[in-house]
Amino acid sequence: MADEPPVLIRDLNFAYDRRPVLTGINMVIPRGAVVAIMGLSGCGKTTTLRLIGGQLKPTSGEVRVAGQVVHELDDAGLYALRRRMGMLFQFGALFTDLSVFDNVAFPLREHSGLPEEMIRDLVLMKLNAVGLRGAHHLMPAELSGGMARRVALARAIALDPLLIMYDEPFAGLDPISLSIIGALIRKLNDALGISSIIVTHDIQESLKIVDYIYFMADGKVVAEGTAEDIRRSQEPFVHQFIWGEPDGPVNFHYPARAYREELMEQPNRPRPWWT
Amino acid sequence: MNPSALDLLRRLGHFVTDRLWRLGFASRFLMMTVLYSGAAFRRLHLTIREIYFTGVLSLIIILVSGLFVGMVLGLQGYDTLQRYGSSEALGVLVALSLVRELGPVVAALLFASRAGSAITAEIGLMKATEQLSAMEMMAVNPIARVIAPRFWAGVVSMPLLAALFSALGIFGGYLVGVQLIGVDAGSFWSQMQAAVDFRQDIMNGVIKSVVFGAIISWIAVFEGYDCEPTAEGVSGATTRTVVTSSLAILAADFMLTAFMFRGE
Repeated sequence: MADEPPVLIRDLNFAYDRRPVLTGINMVIPRGAVVAIMGLSGCGKTTTLRLIGGQLKPTSGEVRVAGQVVHELDDAGLYALRRRMGMLFQFGALFTDLSVFDNVAFPLREHSGLPEEMIRDLVLMKLNAVGLRGAHHLMPAELSGGMARRVALARAIALDPLLIMYDEPFAGLDPISLSIIGALIRKLNDALGISSIIVTHDIQESLKIVDYIYFMADGKVVAEGTAEDIRRSQEPFVHQFIWGEPDGPVNFHYPARAYREELMEQPNRPRPWWT
Repeated sequence: MNPSALDLLRRLGHFVTDRLWRLGFASRFLMMTVLYSGAAFRRLHLTIREIYFTGVLSLIIILVSGLFVGMVLGLQGYDTLQRYGSSEALGVLVALSLVRELGPVVAALLFASRAGSAITAEIGLMKATEQLSAMEMMAVNPIARVIAPRFWAGVVSMPLLAALFSALGIFGGYLVGVQLIGVDAGSFWSQMQAAVDFRQDIMNGVIKSVVFGAIISWIAVFEGYDCEPTAEGVSGATTRTVVTSSLAILAADFMLTAFMFRGE
């Protein structure tokens, strides 16, 4: 279908060993949009990405990418679909035994069947787009965290995908690298006319670049809207998240027995002999 | 039955079903590896690169160990044989012990600890750093691209290493027996040539080392692929590779020997 959005998630449920991780997720990722999925660690954001990429199968509901139901595809169909998706992993996931150049060339050599001269030009173009053409001869171990992620981004766009998924692209970066990555995500999305999904908990950087935000908590979408809607949101969880308040609907304390009761009881926990 | 005995029984049951499940999973994994081996042969450079890492880089330890095992065999063998006045049979003793048993088995044990552990650690770290997931998301099957070349590299390297181990061992036995002790060189070599049968002794040794190579590579790639993606998980998997494959080699050696040499 020509007018179907690149990614459409309907009534998605997913459970690990009968423990529900996602319940009733509905999302639309329109063409040309940068969409963020936000929430606390362990709320099911990365699981959602894995379901879109077909690395997991839903318990019920469906994920449609480019009009195809992901979990109904066979291996060949899934691999064909994945050639049209790029994914940026949290720490880049560069192949440590290959140079920067060979990392970006990897998907092209595996799938395109192009001659080596053309692959060279393409790799240099992709590296130029992320500002690292000059670093093509370095090994991943010689790169900073921000550079490694830019190389991984160049690798993710190597096959000109229709969708790029970012798993925590901002985690552990210094402020300058962070805004470089943020700006790159927006710039590449608009220049290539693709769609992007960012899974993140970096609220300030995301609000600058995204078109739409889904907030997740405990495996459900609890709020959604544009950056402006989210900033103005009165939803207590969203408010706590955006303003980074230590206490609120998300408790500071891990569930425990009554404080006084625990302190008053007779100690019956001997010191481990090896400490 | 009292509760603690029941609990013990339950844990024992869990232990057994866990192991069985893992064995089944490992067998399915081996089947997938063989099924997706096309690329490992079509794109031979992938496998050759792994043969370099697993085989060529194991050469030093294999050659040095072979030499010393042979030299010790020379000393010990001479000491025993000369009591019966048959010290010229030293060549036969050294050669048969090496090509039938010590070559395949000791080379396999060394290979498991040198190359098997390296394969597990490498694949485990690739998993921990999401390189395998990244490959999958780039529509490249990691079993075909990463696992199969390493598996076949191990299967190919192992018999070659065992042969070199035996060759160096025989040379070590010659150094000690002939050059140092003074056993007659002519009888050392001629008795060896007369007594070592190509099919019965050498081929059986080669078959053993191919089987050991497949066992080690299978365990090493499976442990790496199946490990917990954490530092602790990778270190545990590496240890398991060495322990499990060493035990598996010894068990398989006994069974193969029982089939091959029935005292005919």
